[in-house]
Amino acid sequence: MIFLKAFIVGGLICAVGQILIDKTKLTPARILVTFVVLGVFLQLLRVYEPLVNFAGAGATVPLTGFGYNLCKGAAKAVSEQGFLGIFTGGFTSSAGGIAAALIFGFLVSVIFRSKPKK
Amino acid sequence: MKNEMTNKEYNEYIKTKTPNSKIFSNCAKAFLVGGIICVIGQCIIWLYEKWGLDKESAATCTSITLIFFGALLTGLDIYPKIAKFAGAGTIVPITGFANSVVSPALEAKTEGMVLGVGAKIFTIAGPVILYGIFASAIAGTVYWIVSLF
Amino acid sequence: MNTRIGRQTVKIENPPVILDAAAIVGVKEGQGPLRDSFDKILTDDTLGEKSWEKSESTLQRQTALLALEKAHLKQNEIDYILAGDLLNQCVGAHYSVRDLDIPFLGLYGACSTMTESMSIAGMLIGGGGAQRVMCLTSSHFCSSERQFRNPLEYGGQRTPSAQWTVTGAGCAVLGAKGDGPKITHVTTGKVIDKGVTDISNMGAAMAPAAIDTLSAHFNETGMKPSDYDMILTGDLGVIGSDILTELMLKEGFDIRRNHRDCGKLIFDIEKQDVHAGGSGCGCCGSVFCGYIFKELKRHNLKKILVMATGALMNPMVVEQGESIPAIAHAVTIEN
Repeated sequence: MIFLKAFIVGGLICAVGQILIDKTKLTPARILVTFVVLGVFLQLLRVYEPLVNFAGAGATVPLTGFGYNLCKGAAKAVSEQGFLGIFTGGFTSSAGGIAAALIFGFLVSVIFRSKPKK
Repeated sequence: MKNEMTNKEYNEYIKTKTPNSKIFSNCAKAFLVGGIICVIGQCIIWLYEKWGLDKESAATCTSITLIFFGALLTGLDIYPKIAKFAGAGTIVPITGFANSVVSPALEAKTEGMVLGVGAKIFTIAGPVILYGIFASAIAGTVYWIVSLF
Repeated sequence: MNTRIGRQTVKIENPPVILDAAAIVGVKEGQGPLRDSFDKILTDDTLGEKSWEKSESTLQRQTALLALEKAHLKQNEIDYILAGDLLNQCVGAHYSVRDLDIPFLGLYGACSTMTESMSIAGMLIGGGGAQRVMCLTSSHFCSSERQFRNPLEYGGQRTPSAQWTVTGAGCAVLGAKGDGPKITHVTTGKVIDKGVTDISNMGAAMAPAAIDTLSAHFNETGMKPSDYDMILTGDLGVIGSDILTELMLKEGFDIRRNHRDCGKLIFDIEKQDVHAGGSGCGCCGSVFCGYIFKELKRHNLKKILVMATGALMNPMVVEQGESIPAIAHAVTIEN
């Protein structure tokens, strides 16, 4: 059941992205930024957590989930460290994802080379 | 031009000449592929939890796993081929973030490891990290102010 | 002598001859409808080089050397080489002519470079300043894509109005004497900007420049569209060609019958999935120096107008909010 919910919710979030690309001529880089920031604020309004509980990976795998994670990290850090948490929360919660992207990104760049397109 | 059009008139005119994206079929494809990637994510979460990871660690490990495959498929030149079909279906999931990190770095290898790969790896990831962290700081500030009362 | 017959047009009284021409194209272009007309089709778009910029300049150099060989000329018999491409600081041209022993003038006219170079070469020879001049240009999908759009491996979708940059190069050798088609008129374009800002709709950005130059050409020479067997534009593609023919009709010139566009000719638009067609300096370069030149040699075409259009686009300045200026240069070629 959770798999079906993940499929539908994740698919719908991507479809919203597609509408933004086709209708607003937003470049994909802007779409990525928009989704991450959107995720942060949706969680700040406590809207995103229920969606995560409902759809699991359907809500965490899209980049809004990355934003949700950032916001949750900020909340946790502020509750533990107070003012300092404003600065440490975001990076603490996203450390795994960002480090993985950089490490794998670097390794792939070293191993492969760009190929002609047909 | 004899029949001089203003810039505004010309831009209105070319809109009638430019075909629109097939938004319905594009959305259907994005829905399908994006949904499938999320289901794969769900399967990976399920696997990690079965192996005894707690919920939060399983979620982080899933992100890392998906990023790994996004990066690898980009290096193998498979990701852009799926993306051509899927559009936002491959841009919005975290694998799309991995693609946007790898693709500029991979291509910049010809300019060396520091100013090529090192600098260009942040071309698209940089803005995402910047605005994501900035938004989280705003959220953190809100939480902090709330905690004072 | 050259005679100026209008604000933008020069009639060349001793018209230079296109002695020979060579075209080399990439793998995808070699699968298109014009595959039999190119001198060489690459089997590897890298040309064995380590970077796309080097690949492009090697492609350009090979094309120049092939054109010389076909024309049975040596480097020291050429007075000038006029060359350009799309890359920053024209690195394609500068590194291709680095190994040649020929005086060089670098050109940037974006995708209009083929006719820009033939215009200048025509006037140079017509004015007596040179005996033989080479006109050379190229574009490469991979080097253009990374400079103007997204990284190659980036998973973005192309919009329906996007055009596919041709991997290809063309080189024409012009001489004061000899047999072959001649360049009789040159109409130089003005930079025209109608406020188009969409970098994925080059055809629409370039069409106004094409209309401006073409109207000036007809008005100043007194010629009519029906005087030409073919009016060949560079890379307006599907959308730009549509705009050109429709708005030219409003200007009072019906070019629907004989208008062709290199960007539409070089690819099978549907089957090769190139959206609005081909683009790039190498599009007009390879189609003119390959297909069209052979048709002229066979006398299947008697008199044509070649007008390459260029979108003078810089991604940085467009990001700053500017629109895309465009240009078109036309040359009349008669057998």
